[in-house]
Amino acid sequence: MEVFDIFLLEAILNGLLLGGLLALLSLGLNLVFGVIDVVWICYAELIMCGMYAVYYLHVQYHWPLVLAMLAAVAIVALLGLALHQFVIRPVLRAEPINQLLVTGGVLFFLQAAATLAFGIEFKNLGVTLPSVRLGEMSFSAARLVAFGVALAGMIALYFFLSKTYLGTAIRAISQDRAIMPLMGVSPARIFGVTSALGGALAGLAACLLVLQYDVHPAIGLSFGPIVFLICVLGGLGNMLGGFIAAFVFAQFIAVGGFVFHLEWGYVLAFVFFIVVMFWRPQGILGK
Amino acid sequence: MNYPLHLAILVLLWGYIYTSWALMGRLGLVSFGHGAFMGIGAYTVVMLWNHFGLSPWFGALAALAFTAVVALVIGYPCFRFRIVGHYFALVTLALSEVARLVIVALRDHTGGSLGATPNGALHDGASVAVGALQFSSKLVWLFVVTACWLGGLWVWKMVDRSMGRLALQAISEEEEAAASIGIHVTRAKLRITLISALMTCAGGILYAQYQLYVNPDTVSGIAISLQMVFGVIAGGMFVMLGPTVGAAFTLLLAEGLRLAWGNRFPALDSTIYGLMLVLFIIYMPKGILGAALDTLRKR
Repeated sequence: MEVFDIFLLEAILNGLLLGGLLALLSLGLNLVFGVIDVVWICYAELIMCGMYAVYYLHVQYHWPLVLAMLAAVAIVALLGLALHQFVIRPVLRAEPINQLLVTGGVLFFLQAAATLAFGIEFKNLGVTLPSVRLGEMSFSAARLVAFGVALAGMIALYFFLSKTYLGTAIRAISQDRAIMPLMGVSPARIFGVTSALGGALAGLAACLLVLQYDVHPAIGLSFGPIVFLICVLGGLGNMLGGFIAAFVFAQFIAVGGFVFHLEWGYVLAFVFFIVVMFWRPQGILGK
Repeated sequence: MNYPLHLAILVLLWGYIYTSWALMGRLGLVSFGHGAFMGIGAYTVVMLWNHFGLSPWFGALAALAFTAVVALVIGYPCFRFRIVGHYFALVTLALSEVARLVIVALRDHTGGSLGATPNGALHDGASVAVGALQFSSKLVWLFVVTACWLGGLWVWKMVDRSMGRLALQAISEEEEAAASIGIHVTRAKLRITLISALMTCAGGILYAQYQLYVNPDTVSGIAISLQMVFGVIAGGMFVMLGPTVGAAFTLLLAEGLRLAWGNRFPALDSTIYGLMLVLFIIYMPKGILGAALDTLRKR
Protein backbone atom coordinates (compact mmCIF):
# COMPACT_ATOMS: atom_id res chain seq x y z
CA MET A 1 0.00 0.00 0.00
CA GLU A 2 2.84 2.33 0.87
CA VAL A 3 4.47 1.80 -2.50
CA PHE A 4 1.17 2.65 -4.16
CA ASP A 5 0.92 5.92 -2.28
CA ILE A 6 4.37 7.13 -3.19
CA PHE A 7 3.70 6.43 -6.85
CA LEU A 8 0.37 8.18 -6.62
CA LEU A 9 2.13 11.18 -5.11
CA GLU A 10 4.62 11.03 -7.97
CA ALA A 11 1.74 11.00 -10.44
CA ILE A 12 0.16 14.00 -8.74
CA LEU A 13 3.43 15.95 -8.79
CA ASN A 14 4.04 15.00 -12.41
CA GLY A 15 0.54 16.23 -13.11
CA LEU A 16 1.49 19.52 -11.48
CA LEU A 17 4.53 19.83 -13.76
CA LEU A 18 2.42 18.98 -16.80
CA GLY A 19 -0.11 21.56 -15.65
CA GLY A 20 2.51 24.31 -15.77
CA LEU A 21 3.34 23.43 -19.35
CA LEU A 22 -0.30 23.20 -20.40
CA ALA A 23 -0.97 26.54 -18.71
CA LEU A 24 1.73 28.12 -20.87
CA LEU A 25 0.28 26.48 -23.97
CA SER A 26 -3.19 27.82 -23.24
CA LEU A 27 -1.87 31.28 -22.46
CA GLY A 28 -1.01 32.29 -26.02
CA LEU A 29 -4.28 30.99 -27.40
CA ASN A 30 -6.26 32.81 -24.72
CA LEU A 31 -4.36 36.03 -25.33
CA VAL A 32 -5.12 35.95 -29.03
CA PHE A 33 -8.74 35.04 -28.48
CA GLY A 34 -9.25 37.65 -25.79
CA VAL A 35 -7.94 40.44 -28.00
CA ILE A 36 -8.80 39.45 -31.57
CA ASP A 37 -11.78 37.18 -30.84
CA VAL A 38 -10.45 34.44 -33.11
CA VAL A 39 -9.56 30.88 -32.11
CA TRP A 40 -6.32 29.74 -33.70
CA ILE A 41 -7.17 26.10 -34.33
CA CYS A 42 -3.69 25.77 -35.82
CA TYR A 43 -1.97 26.91 -32.61
CA ALA A 44 -0.43 23.50 -31.95
CA GLU A 45 0.91 23.46 -35.50
CA LEU A 46 2.70 26.76 -34.88
CA ILE A 47 4.33 25.03 -31.91
CA MET A 48 5.32 22.18 -34.20
CA CYS A 49 7.01 24.70 -36.53
CA GLY A 50 8.94 26.02 -33.53
CA MET A 51 10.03 22.53 -32.56
CA TYR A 52 11.31 21.89 -36.08
CA ALA A 53 13.13 25.22 -35.99
CA VAL A 54 14.97 24.28 -32.80
CA TYR A 55 15.74 20.83 -34.17
CA TYR A 56 17.14 21.99 -37.49
CA LEU A 57 19.11 24.94 -36.14
CA HIS A 58 20.64 22.86 -33.37
CA VAL A 59 21.16 19.46 -34.97
CA GLN A 60 21.62 20.37 -38.65
CA TYR A 61 23.34 23.74 -38.39
CA HIS A 62 25.01 23.19 -35.03
CA TRP A 63 23.82 26.37 -33.44
CA PRO A 64 24.15 26.42 -29.65
CA LEU A 65 20.90 25.21 -28.12
CA VAL A 66 20.03 28.48 -26.39
CA LEU A 67 20.59 30.48 -29.56
CA ALA A 68 18.52 28.00 -31.58
CA MET A 69 15.71 28.34 -29.08
CA LEU A 70 15.78 32.14 -29.15
CA ALA A 71 15.69 32.02 -32.94
CA ALA A 72 12.77 29.60 -32.81
CA VAL A 73 10.80 31.96 -30.58
CA ALA A 74 11.45 34.79 -33.07
CA ILE A 75 10.51 32.60 -36.04
CA VAL A 76 7.21 31.51 -34.52
CA ALA A 77 6.45 35.10 -33.49
CA LEU A 78 6.86 36.06 -37.16
CA LEU A 79 4.66 33.14 -38.16
CA GLY A 80 1.98 34.39 -35.78
CA LEU A 81 2.21 37.84 -37.32
CA ALA A 82 2.04 36.40 -40.84
CA LEU A 83 -0.94 34.26 -39.88
CA HIS A 84 -2.76 37.35 -38.73
CA GLN A 85 -1.85 39.50 -41.72
CA PHE A 86 -2.56 37.00 -44.46
CA VAL A 87 -5.25 34.74 -43.06
CA ILE A 88 -7.11 36.34 -40.18
CA ARG A 89 -7.33 39.91 -41.44
CA PRO A 90 -9.36 39.07 -44.56
CA VAL A 91 -11.97 37.23 -42.45
CA LEU A 92 -12.14 39.59 -39.48
CA ARG A 93 -15.62 40.68 -40.52
CA ALA A 94 -16.80 37.24 -41.64
CA GLU A 95 -18.91 34.80 -39.63
CA PRO A 96 -17.12 33.59 -36.47
CA ILE A 97 -17.36 30.03 -37.68
CA ASN A 98 -15.47 30.94 -40.86
CA GLN A 99 -12.70 32.38 -38.72
CA LEU A 100 -12.51 29.09 -36.85
CA LEU A 101 -12.50 27.08 -40.05
CA VAL A 102 -9.89 29.18 -41.84
CA THR A 103 -7.32 28.48 -39.14
CA GLY A 104 -8.37 24.85 -39.41
CA GLY A 105 -7.32 25.06 -43.06
CA VAL A 106 -3.97 26.45 -41.92
CA LEU A 107 -3.65 23.46 -39.58
CA PHE A 108 -4.14 21.15 -42.54
CA PHE A 109 -1.67 23.10 -44.62
CA LEU A 110 1.10 23.30 -41.99
CA GLN A 111 0.80 19.63 -41.17
CA ALA A 112 1.03 18.60 -44.81
CA ALA A 113 3.78 21.09 -45.59
CA ALA A 114 5.81 19.75 -42.67
CA THR A 115 5.37 16.21 -43.98
CA LEU A 116 6.47 17.36 -47.41
CA ALA A 117 9.47 19.30 -46.15
CA PHE A 118 10.69 17.23 -43.22
CA GLY A 119 9.24 13.73 -43.76
CA ILE A 120 7.20 11.71 -41.31
CA GLU A 121 10.15 10.47 -39.24
CA PHE A 122 10.28 11.29 -35.56
CA LYS A 123 13.14 13.72 -34.98
CA ASN A 124 14.92 13.70 -31.66
CA LEU A 125 16.89 16.67 -30.44
CA GLY A 126 19.45 14.34 -28.85
CA VAL A 127 19.62 16.39 -25.69
CA THR A 128 18.88 14.35 -22.58
CA LEU A 129 18.50 16.02 -19.25
CA PRO A 130 19.06 13.83 -16.19
CA SER A 131 16.23 12.81 -13.92
CA VAL A 132 15.97 14.30 -10.48
CA ARG A 133 15.40 12.02 -7.52
CA LEU A 134 13.39 13.09 -4.54
CA GLY A 135 13.23 10.32 -1.97
CA GLU A 136 11.61 7.36 -3.72
CA MET A 137 10.25 9.50 -6.55
CA SER A 138 11.99 10.59 -9.71
CA PHE A 139 11.14 13.45 -12.04
CA SER A 140 12.59 14.33 -15.40
CA ALA A 141 14.67 17.49 -15.28
CA ALA A 142 13.20 18.51 -18.62
CA ARG A 143 9.79 18.69 -16.98
CA LEU A 144 11.12 20.70 -14.06
CA VAL A 145 12.81 23.15 -16.42
CA ALA A 146 9.63 23.38 -18.49
CA PHE A 147 7.59 24.07 -15.38
CA GLY A 148 9.99 26.78 -14.20
CA VAL A 149 10.23 28.49 -17.58
CA ALA A 150 6.47 28.29 -18.08
CA LEU A 151 5.88 29.98 -14.74
CA ALA A 152 8.51 32.63 -15.48
CA GLY A 153 6.97 33.26 -18.91
CA MET A 154 3.54 33.69 -17.41
CA ILE A 155 4.79 36.11 -14.77
CA ALA A 156 6.64 38.11 -17.44
CA LEU A 157 3.48 38.29 -19.53
CA TYR A 158 1.50 39.40 -16.50
CA PHE A 159 3.88 42.30 -15.89
CA PHE A 160 3.93 43.20 -19.56
CA LEU A 161 0.14 43.35 -19.68
CA SER A 162 -0.28 45.27 -16.44
CA LYS A 163 2.73 47.63 -16.39
CA THR A 164 3.48 48.74 -19.95
CA TYR A 165 1.54 51.07 -22.22
CA LEU A 166 1.28 48.48 -24.96
CA GLY A 167 0.09 45.84 -22.50
CA THR A 168 -2.54 48.18 -21.14
CA ALA A 169 -3.70 48.95 -24.67
CA ILE A 170 -3.98 45.22 -25.36
CA ARG A 171 -6.10 44.68 -22.28
CA ALA A 172 -8.23 47.70 -23.08
CA ILE A 173 -8.98 46.56 -26.59
CA SER A 174 -9.93 43.12 -25.35
CA GLN A 175 -12.53 44.77 -23.14
CA ASP A 176 -14.05 47.04 -25.74
CA ARG A 177 -13.13 46.71 -29.37
CA ALA A 178 -15.41 49.56 -30.49
CA ILE A 179 -14.40 52.31 -28.09
CA MET A 180 -10.63 51.97 -28.09
CA PRO A 181 -10.04 53.32 -31.60
CA LEU A 182 -11.74 56.51 -30.43
CA MET A 183 -9.18 56.74 -27.62
CA GLY A 184 -6.34 56.73 -30.12
CA VAL A 185 -5.37 53.08 -30.00
CA SER A 186 -4.90 51.55 -33.44
CA PRO A 187 -6.59 48.13 -33.41
CA ALA A 188 -4.61 46.96 -36.43
CA ARG A 189 -1.34 47.59 -34.62
CA ILE A 190 -2.53 46.00 -31.38
CA PHE A 191 -3.80 42.96 -33.28
CA GLY A 192 -0.41 42.62 -34.97
CA VAL A 193 1.49 42.90 -31.69
CA THR A 194 -0.86 40.42 -30.00
CA SER A 195 -0.47 37.92 -32.82
CA ALA A 196 3.31 38.18 -32.65
CA LEU A 197 3.15 37.78 -28.88
CA GLY A 198 0.86 34.77 -29.21
CA GLY A 199 3.33 33.33 -31.69
CA ALA A 200 6.25 34.00 -29.36
CA LEU A 201 4.46 32.15 -26.56
CA ALA A 202 3.91 29.24 -28.95
CA GLY A 203 7.63 29.39 -29.76
CA LEU A 204 8.51 29.30 -26.07
CA ALA A 205 6.24 26.30 -25.59
CA ALA A 206 7.97 24.66 -28.57
CA CYS A 207 11.38 25.05 -26.93
CA LEU A 208 10.12 23.34 -23.79
CA LEU A 209 8.28 20.56 -25.64
CA VAL A 210 11.19 19.71 -27.90
CA LEU A 211 13.25 18.84 -24.82
CA GLN A 212 10.75 16.15 -23.87
CA TYR A 213 9.20 14.87 -27.06
CA ASP A 214 10.28 13.91 -30.58
CA VAL A 215 9.00 16.16 -33.38
CA HIS A 216 6.85 14.77 -36.17
CA PRO A 217 4.30 16.42 -38.48
CA ALA A 218 1.26 15.09 -36.60
CA ILE A 219 2.48 16.08 -33.14
CA GLY A 220 0.08 19.02 -33.07
CA LEU A 221 -2.89 16.69 -33.06
CA SER A 222 -1.61 14.99 -29.91
CA PHE A 223 -1.83 18.06 -27.70
CA GLY A 224 -3.75 20.63 -29.74
CA PRO A 225 -7.23 19.41 -28.78
CA ILE A 226 -6.28 19.42 -25.09
CA VAL A 227 -5.15 23.03 -25.29
CA PHE A 228 -8.43 24.21 -26.86
CA LEU A 229 -10.45 22.32 -24.33
CA ILE A 230 -8.44 23.89 -21.51
CA CYS A 231 -9.09 27.35 -22.89
CA VAL A 232 -12.80 26.68 -23.31
CA LEU A 233 -12.98 25.08 -19.88
CA GLY A 234 -11.42 28.12 -18.28
CA GLY A 235 -13.57 30.49 -20.31
CA LEU A 236 -12.21 31.46 -23.73
CA GLY A 237 -10.05 34.55 -23.41
CA ASN A 238 -9.82 34.31 -19.65
CA MET A 239 -6.16 33.75 -18.82
CA LEU A 240 -6.66 33.01 -15.14
CA GLY A 241 -9.41 30.53 -15.98
CA GLY A 242 -7.13 28.83 -18.48
CA PHE A 243 -4.40 28.67 -15.86
CA ILE A 244 -6.65 26.88 -13.37
CA ALA A 245 -8.18 24.63 -16.02
CA ALA A 246 -4.71 23.56 -17.16
CA PHE A 247 -3.87 22.21 -13.71
CA VAL A 248 -7.25 20.49 -13.35
CA PHE A 249 -6.85 18.86 -16.76
CA ALA A 250 -3.28 17.80 -16.04
CA GLN A 251 -4.36 16.07 -12.84
CA PHE A 252 -7.01 14.13 -14.72
CA ILE A 253 -4.45 13.03 -17.27
CA ALA A 254 -1.70 12.20 -14.77
CA VAL A 255 -3.71 10.56 -12.01
CA GLY A 256 -6.31 9.00 -14.31
CA GLY A 257 -3.49 7.70 -16.46
CA PHE A 258 -1.69 6.35 -13.40
CA VAL A 259 -4.70 4.56 -11.92
CA PHE A 260 -6.00 3.15 -15.23
CA HIS A 261 -4.02 3.67 -18.40
CA LEU A 262 -2.74 6.75 -20.18
CA GLU A 263 -5.58 6.92 -22.72
CA TRP A 264 -8.19 6.55 -19.99
CA GLY A 265 -6.68 9.57 -18.29
CA TYR A 266 -7.37 11.57 -21.45
CA VAL A 267 -10.83 10.06 -21.83
CA LEU A 268 -11.65 11.07 -18.25
CA ALA A 269 -10.37 14.59 -18.86
CA PHE A 270 -12.45 14.96 -22.06
CA VAL A 271 -15.59 13.57 -20.45
CA PHE A 272 -15.04 15.92 -17.51
CA PHE A 273 -14.80 18.75 -20.02
CA ILE A 274 -18.07 17.81 -21.72
CA VAL A 275 -19.88 17.56 -18.39
CA VAL A 276 -18.57 20.93 -17.19
CA MET A 277 -19.66 22.48 -20.49
CA PHE A 278 -23.24 21.44 -19.80
CA TRP A 279 -23.03 22.93 -16.35
CA ARG A 280 -21.21 26.15 -17.25
CA PRO A 281 -21.10 26.64 -21.05
CA GLN A 282 -19.16 29.88 -20.63
CA GLY A 283 -16.33 28.10 -18.77
CA ILE A 284 -15.47 28.07 -15.09
CA LEU A 285 -14.42 31.71 -15.01
CA GLY A 286 -16.16 32.96 -18.16
CA LYS A 287 -18.37 35.99 -18.18
CA MET B 1 -11.59 -1.40 -64.70
CA ASN B 2 -11.16 -1.88 -60.97
CA TYR B 3 -9.38 1.40 -60.34
CA PRO B 4 -12.01 3.79 -61.77
CA LEU B 5 -14.67 1.73 -59.99
CA HIS B 6 -12.77 2.07 -56.74
CA LEU B 7 -12.56 5.83 -57.21
CA ALA B 8 -16.26 6.08 -58.01
CA ILE B 9 -17.16 4.07 -54.92
CA LEU B 10 -15.01 6.25 -52.68
CA VAL B 11 -16.38 9.48 -54.16
CA LEU B 12 -19.96 8.36 -53.65
CA LEU B 13 -19.34 6.97 -50.18
CA TRP B 14 -17.55 10.09 -48.96
CA GLY B 15 -20.06 12.22 -50.85
CA TYR B 16 -22.77 10.51 -48.83
CA ILE B 17 -20.91 11.03 -45.53
CA TYR B 18 -20.19 14.69 -46.33
CA THR B 19 -23.85 15.17 -47.28
CA SER B 20 -24.83 13.76 -43.89
CA TRP B 21 -22.53 16.23 -42.15
CA ALA B 22 -23.74 19.17 -44.25
CA LEU B 23 -27.36 18.50 -43.23
CA MET B 24 -26.36 20.01 -39.88
CA GLY B 25 -23.51 22.22 -40.96
CA ARG B 26 -25.50 24.33 -43.40
CA LEU B 27 -27.96 25.20 -40.63
CA GLY B 28 -25.27 26.66 -38.41
CA LEU B 29 -24.54 23.50 -36.43
CA VAL B 30 -20.85 23.03 -37.23
CA SER B 31 -19.95 19.73 -35.63
CA PHE B 32 -16.40 18.49 -35.18
CA GLY B 33 -17.79 15.33 -33.62
CA HIS B 34 -18.93 13.35 -36.63
CA GLY B 35 -15.76 11.31 -36.49
CA ALA B 36 -17.22 9.78 -33.35
CA PHE B 37 -20.39 8.65 -35.15
CA MET B 38 -18.43 7.22 -38.04
CA GLY B 39 -16.11 5.42 -35.62
CA ILE B 40 -19.01 3.99 -33.63
CA GLY B 41 -20.55 2.67 -36.84
CA ALA B 42 -17.36 1.10 -38.15
CA TYR B 43 -16.12 -0.39 -34.89
CA THR B 44 -19.40 -1.62 -33.39
CA VAL B 45 -20.14 -3.68 -36.47
CA VAL B 46 -16.63 -5.10 -36.86
CA MET B 47 -16.25 -5.88 -33.15
CA LEU B 48 -19.63 -7.64 -32.88
CA TRP B 49 -18.79 -9.66 -35.99
CA ASN B 50 -15.28 -10.60 -34.89
CA HIS B 51 -15.96 -11.36 -31.24
CA PHE B 52 -19.52 -12.71 -31.30
CA GLY B 53 -20.05 -13.67 -34.93
CA LEU B 54 -23.03 -11.35 -35.06
CA SER B 55 -24.01 -10.54 -38.64
CA PRO B 56 -23.24 -6.92 -39.66
CA TRP B 57 -26.94 -6.49 -40.39
CA PHE B 58 -27.71 -6.88 -36.71
CA GLY B 59 -24.47 -5.15 -35.83
CA ALA B 60 -25.67 -2.19 -37.85
CA LEU B 61 -28.83 -2.00 -35.77
CA ALA B 62 -26.73 -2.01 -32.62
CA ALA B 63 -24.38 0.63 -34.05
CA LEU B 64 -27.28 2.89 -35.05
CA ALA B 65 -28.89 2.52 -31.63
CA PHE B 66 -25.55 3.31 -29.95
CA THR B 67 -25.06 6.35 -32.19
CA ALA B 68 -28.55 7.60 -31.42
CA VAL B 69 -27.87 7.38 -27.69
CA VAL B 70 -24.56 9.23 -27.99
CA ALA B 71 -26.04 11.91 -30.25
CA LEU B 72 -28.90 12.49 -27.81
CA VAL B 73 -26.68 12.48 -24.71
CA ILE B 74 -24.38 15.09 -26.27
CA GLY B 75 -26.96 16.98 -28.30
CA TYR B 76 -29.69 17.44 -25.73
CA PRO B 77 -27.63 19.35 -23.11
CA CYS B 78 -25.81 21.28 -25.86
CA PHE B 79 -29.06 22.58 -27.31
CA ARG B 80 -30.86 22.90 -24.00
CA PHE B 81 -28.07 25.09 -22.59
CA ARG B 82 -27.62 27.06 -25.83
CA ILE B 83 -24.11 25.92 -26.65
CA VAL B 84 -23.68 27.39 -30.13
CA GLY B 85 -21.04 28.58 -32.59
CA HIS B 86 -17.49 27.65 -31.82
CA TYR B 87 -18.40 26.40 -28.38
CA PHE B 88 -20.54 23.75 -30.05
CA ALA B 89 -17.69 22.96 -32.43
CA LEU B 90 -15.23 22.50 -29.56
CA VAL B 91 -17.56 20.39 -27.38
CA THR B 92 -18.15 18.06 -30.30
CA LEU B 93 -14.41 18.05 -30.97
CA ALA B 94 -13.97 16.61 -27.47
CA LEU B 95 -16.52 13.93 -28.40
CA SER B 96 -14.62 12.79 -31.45
CA GLU B 97 -11.39 12.57 -29.46
CA VAL B 98 -13.15 10.56 -26.74
CA ALA B 99 -14.30 8.08 -29.38
CA ARG B 100 -10.79 7.72 -30.81
CA LEU B 101 -9.12 7.38 -27.42
CA VAL B 102 -11.63 4.80 -26.19
CA ILE B 103 -10.97 2.70 -29.28
CA VAL B 104 -7.21 2.96 -28.72
CA ALA B 105 -7.50 2.31 -24.98
CA LEU B 106 -9.53 -0.87 -25.52
CA ARG B 107 -6.60 -2.23 -27.49
CA ASP B 108 -7.01 -5.77 -26.15
CA HIS B 109 -10.30 -6.02 -28.01
CA THR B 110 -9.99 -3.47 -30.81
CA GLY B 111 -6.36 -3.86 -31.80
CA GLY B 112 -5.62 -0.30 -30.71
CA SER B 113 -3.88 2.01 -33.15
CA LEU B 114 -2.99 -0.92 -35.37
CA GLY B 115 -6.61 -1.22 -36.39
CA ALA B 116 -8.60 -4.37 -37.00
CA THR B 117 -9.74 -6.52 -39.90
CA PRO B 118 -13.19 -8.11 -40.02
CA ASN B 119 -12.97 -11.91 -40.19
CA GLY B 120 -13.27 -12.96 -43.81
CA ALA B 121 -16.51 -14.59 -44.89
CA LEU B 122 -15.77 -15.12 -48.58
CA HIS B 123 -14.90 -18.82 -48.72
CA ASP B 124 -14.30 -20.99 -51.76
CA GLY B 125 -14.06 -18.18 -54.25
CA ALA B 126 -17.47 -16.77 -53.42
CA SER B 127 -17.68 -13.10 -54.32
CA VAL B 128 -20.73 -12.24 -52.26
CA ALA B 129 -21.50 -12.99 -48.61
CA VAL B 130 -24.72 -11.12 -47.98
CA GLY B 131 -25.02 -12.17 -44.35
CA ALA B 132 -21.55 -10.86 -43.57
CA LEU B 133 -21.97 -7.76 -45.75
CA GLN B 134 -18.77 -8.63 -47.60
CA PHE B 135 -18.52 -8.43 -51.35
CA SER B 136 -15.36 -8.87 -53.36
CA SER B 137 -17.05 -7.52 -56.48
CA LYS B 138 -16.60 -3.79 -56.80
CA LEU B 139 -19.67 -3.59 -58.99
CA VAL B 140 -21.87 -4.74 -56.12
CA TRP B 141 -20.30 -2.08 -53.93
CA LEU B 142 -20.95 0.55 -56.55
CA PHE B 143 -24.66 -0.31 -56.46
CA VAL B 144 -24.71 -0.29 -52.67
CA VAL B 145 -23.02 3.09 -52.26
CA THR B 146 -24.98 4.64 -55.12
CA ALA B 147 -28.20 3.61 -53.42
CA CYS B 148 -26.92 5.02 -50.16
CA TRP B 149 -25.82 8.28 -51.75
CA LEU B 150 -29.18 8.71 -53.50
CA GLY B 151 -30.84 8.02 -50.16
CA GLY B 152 -28.75 10.76 -48.60
CA LEU B 153 -29.77 13.24 -51.30
CA TRP B 154 -33.41 12.21 -50.82
CA VAL B 155 -33.13 12.95 -47.10
CA TRP B 156 -31.61 16.34 -47.96
CA LYS B 157 -34.62 17.06 -50.23
CA MET B 158 -37.09 15.93 -47.60
CA VAL B 159 -35.43 18.12 -44.99
CA ASP B 160 -35.50 21.02 -47.44
CA ARG B 161 -39.21 20.67 -47.99
CA SER B 162 -40.11 20.25 -44.34
CA MET B 163 -41.26 22.90 -41.92
CA GLY B 164 -38.33 21.84 -39.77
CA ARG B 165 -35.85 23.35 -42.21
CA LEU B 166 -37.52 26.73 -42.05
CA ALA B 167 -37.49 26.50 -38.28
CA LEU B 168 -33.81 25.61 -38.23
CA GLN B 169 -32.94 28.36 -40.65
CA ALA B 170 -34.71 30.82 -38.40
CA ILE B 171 -32.81 29.41 -35.43
CA SER B 172 -29.46 29.68 -37.16
CA GLU B 173 -30.10 33.35 -37.87
CA GLU B 174 -31.54 34.46 -34.55
CA GLU B 175 -32.09 31.84 -31.92
CA GLU B 176 -33.94 34.00 -29.39
CA ALA B 177 -36.30 35.40 -32.02
CA ALA B 178 -37.05 31.92 -33.33
CA ALA B 179 -37.89 30.73 -29.84
CA SER B 180 -40.12 33.73 -29.28
CA ILE B 181 -42.35 32.87 -32.25
CA GLY B 182 -42.94 29.43 -30.86
CA ILE B 183 -40.24 27.29 -32.43
CA HIS B 184 -39.12 24.50 -30.13
CA VAL B 185 -35.42 25.15 -30.60
CA THR B 186 -34.05 22.13 -28.74
CA ARG B 187 -36.37 19.67 -30.46
CA ALA B 188 -35.74 21.06 -33.94
CA LYS B 189 -31.97 20.90 -33.52
CA LEU B 190 -32.06 17.49 -31.92
CA ARG B 191 -34.06 16.02 -34.79
CA ILE B 192 -31.62 17.15 -37.49
CA THR B 193 -28.64 16.10 -35.35
CA LEU B 194 -30.10 12.64 -34.96
CA ILE B 195 -30.69 12.28 -38.70
CA SER B 196 -27.20 13.50 -39.52
CA ALA B 197 -25.50 11.31 -36.89
CA LEU B 198 -27.34 8.15 -37.92
CA MET B 199 -26.51 8.71 -41.58
CA THR B 200 -22.85 9.25 -40.72
CA CYS B 201 -22.88 6.07 -38.65
CA ALA B 202 -24.24 4.13 -41.63
CA GLY B 203 -21.45 5.63 -43.73
CA GLY B 204 -18.91 4.38 -41.20
CA ILE B 205 -20.38 0.88 -41.36
CA LEU B 206 -20.18 0.78 -45.17
CA TYR B 207 -16.67 2.23 -45.16
CA ALA B 208 -15.46 -0.48 -42.78
CA GLN B 209 -17.11 -3.27 -44.78
CA TYR B 210 -15.79 -1.93 -48.07
CA GLN B 211 -12.20 -1.43 -46.92
CA LEU B 212 -12.35 -4.54 -44.71
CA TYR B 213 -10.13 -2.66 -42.30
CA VAL B 214 -10.77 -0.20 -39.51
CA ASN B 215 -8.28 2.06 -37.79
CA PRO B 216 -9.04 4.58 -35.02
CA ASP B 217 -7.26 7.34 -36.92
CA THR B 218 -9.06 6.80 -40.23
CA VAL B 219 -12.61 6.39 -38.90
CA SER B 220 -12.64 8.56 -35.76
CA GLY B 221 -10.90 11.42 -34.05
CA ILE B 222 -10.30 15.04 -34.90
CA ALA B 223 -8.53 14.38 -38.20
CA ILE B 224 -11.49 12.63 -39.82
CA SER B 225 -13.94 15.16 -38.38
CA LEU B 226 -11.95 17.99 -39.92
CA GLN B 227 -11.78 16.09 -43.21
CA MET B 228 -15.58 16.03 -43.34
CA VAL B 229 -15.90 19.72 -42.50
CA PHE B 230 -13.35 20.75 -45.11
CA GLY B 231 -14.63 18.46 -47.81
CA VAL B 232 -18.01 20.09 -47.46
CA ILE B 233 -16.57 23.60 -47.43
CA ALA B 234 -14.54 22.93 -50.56
CA GLY B 235 -17.56 21.64 -52.46
CA GLY B 236 -20.16 24.03 -51.12
CA MET B 237 -22.24 23.66 -48.01
CA PHE B 238 -25.51 25.18 -49.16
CA VAL B 239 -26.29 23.25 -52.33
CA MET B 240 -27.43 19.66 -52.47
CA LEU B 241 -24.58 18.31 -54.58
CA GLY B 242 -21.94 20.50 -52.94
CA PRO B 243 -20.65 17.89 -50.47
CA THR B 244 -20.38 15.32 -53.27
CA VAL B 245 -18.45 17.79 -55.42
CA GLY B 246 -16.17 18.34 -52.41
CA ALA B 247 -15.57 14.60 -52.08
CA ALA B 248 -14.85 14.23 -55.81
CA PHE B 249 -12.57 17.26 -55.81
CA THR B 250 -10.43 16.15 -52.86
CA LEU B 251 -10.13 12.59 -54.07
CA LEU B 252 -9.33 13.49 -57.67
CA LEU B 253 -6.80 16.08 -56.53
CA ALA B 254 -4.99 13.50 -54.44
CA GLU B 255 -5.12 10.80 -57.10
CA GLY B 256 -4.23 13.19 -59.91
CA LEU B 257 -1.13 14.42 -58.15
CA ARG B 258 -0.20 10.87 -57.25
CA LEU B 259 -0.45 9.82 -60.90
CA ALA B 260 1.51 12.87 -62.05
CA TRP B 261 4.38 12.65 -59.60
CA GLY B 262 4.08 9.17 -58.17
CA ASN B 263 4.88 8.81 -54.51
CA ARG B 264 7.87 11.13 -54.58
CA PHE B 265 6.04 13.89 -52.73
CA PRO B 266 3.84 12.05 -50.26
CA ALA B 267 1.99 15.04 -48.78
CA LEU B 268 1.92 17.33 -51.80
CA ASP B 269 -1.80 16.84 -52.34
CA SER B 270 -2.70 17.74 -48.76
CA THR B 271 -0.38 20.74 -48.87
CA ILE B 272 -2.08 22.10 -51.98
CA TYR B 273 -5.46 21.12 -50.58
CA GLY B 274 -4.77 22.93 -47.29
CA LEU B 275 -3.70 26.05 -49.13
CA MET B 276 -6.78 25.94 -51.32
CA LEU B 277 -9.02 25.50 -48.29
CA VAL B 278 -7.65 28.64 -46.72
CA LEU B 279 -8.19 30.54 -49.97
CA PHE B 280 -11.68 29.06 -50.39
CA ILE B 281 -12.81 30.10 -46.93
CA ILE B 282 -11.47 33.61 -47.42
CA TYR B 283 -12.48 34.30 -51.01
CA MET B 284 -15.07 31.68 -51.94
CA PRO B 285 -16.98 30.75 -48.79
CA LYS B 286 -19.76 29.14 -50.83
CA GLY B 287 -17.42 26.47 -52.16
CA ILE B 288 -16.77 25.26 -55.70
CA LEU B 289 -20.32 24.35 -56.66
CA GLY B 290 -21.88 27.28 -54.82
CA ALA B 291 -19.60 29.75 -56.59
CA ALA B 292 -20.10 28.06 -59.96
CA LEU B 293 -23.88 28.25 -59.64
CA ASP B 294 -23.63 31.90 -58.64
CA THR B 295 -21.62 32.75 -61.76
CA LEU B 296 -24.05 30.86 -63.95
CA ARG B 297 -26.99 32.68 -62.46
CA LYS B 298 -25.41 36.09 -63.06
CA ARG B 299 -25.06 35.48 -66.79
